[in-house]
Amino acid sequence: MKNEALLLLAVVLATAVEMVEALTIVLAVGATRGWRATLAGVGAALVVLGIVVAAVGPAISHLSLTPMRLVVGGLLLIFGIQWTRKAILRSSGYKAMHDEDIIFGSTQVSASEAPRPASFDGYSFTVAFKGVFLEGLEVVFIVLTFGAPQHQLTVSALVASVTVVAIAAVGVAVHRPLSRVPENTLKFIVGILLMSFGMFWSAEGAGVAWPGGESALPVLIALVAGTSVLLAGALRRQHGRVIAHRVPS
Amino acid sequence: MTNLRRFGRFWYDFVVGDDWTVALGVVATLTATWLVTHHGRNWYWLLPVAVIALLVVSLRRVSRGG
Repeated sequence: MKNEALLLLAVVLATAVEMVEALTIVLAVGATRGWRATLAGVGAALVVLGIVVAAVGPAISHLSLTPMRLVVGGLLLIFGIQWTRKAILRSSGYKAMHDEDIIFGSTQVSASEAPRPASFDGYSFTVAFKGVFLEGLEVVFIVLTFGAPQHQLTVSALVASVTVVAIAAVGVAVHRPLSRVPENTLKFIVGILLMSFGMFWSAEGAGVAWPGGESALPVLIALVAGTSVLLAGALRRQHGRVIAHRVPS
Repeated sequence: MTNLRRFGRFWYDFVVGDDWTVALGVVATLTATWLVTHHGRNWYWLLPVAVIALLVVSLRRVSRGG
């Protein structure tokens, strides 16, 4: 039960952080060029993402549990290492932070410079579709890979959908990018959870019996979190020394 | 770039990301884990140790500009 709550927490956080990024693009295009084609693009992307979940989800669920955990857990682990690695590099200064205000501004500039057709605005449709689809695809990947090995696909998809609606509602209410959301911290947490669940399931799929069974999962989370925080701290200090060395006294 | 190549590139970037050695290391470790468990040894520690090592090496490569 505790592990299932962690799984759903990861789905909520991953969905929230990806939808904050998608919201920035949608708001920038919609506010600059109008809402009709922009919202049509958002709707089309959500329909395609829904079809992907509906088509791939049941197909994965029908696989036998052991090979599914090996393959899906392995993919989740590789994906999780990517997220954690990027979050560590951002928090230590080796990679630029994701700034929603800057992205909002640059998207607005591009949107205002693009030619405006007399009829349906294909630019707004395409940019909104691409933004929501690409960010949403990461959520779909996480929903499928988190939901399938635990047979929690419906619950994961439902939780992700509720989170999408909640973020959209906040976006409509404030009508500007949600730049105060601590995106990198959320990505750090999601990355740690993806890595830990990925390790747990893929090792089980490879035939490992974890000492203590499911209670090994919190130990893995603590191990990954502790190591990641230490690495981020060490890299931050190293980056600080590199910058200090470059600045002439 | 053809559409097929672009499609392949997208999925490669999506799953494998910036550092392909991490993905390769995970696949190699899972294969090794599968082999040893099917020879009667429960090396549950192998994957966590390898994953942390892969993360450290990948981050070191970036921080050293490699």
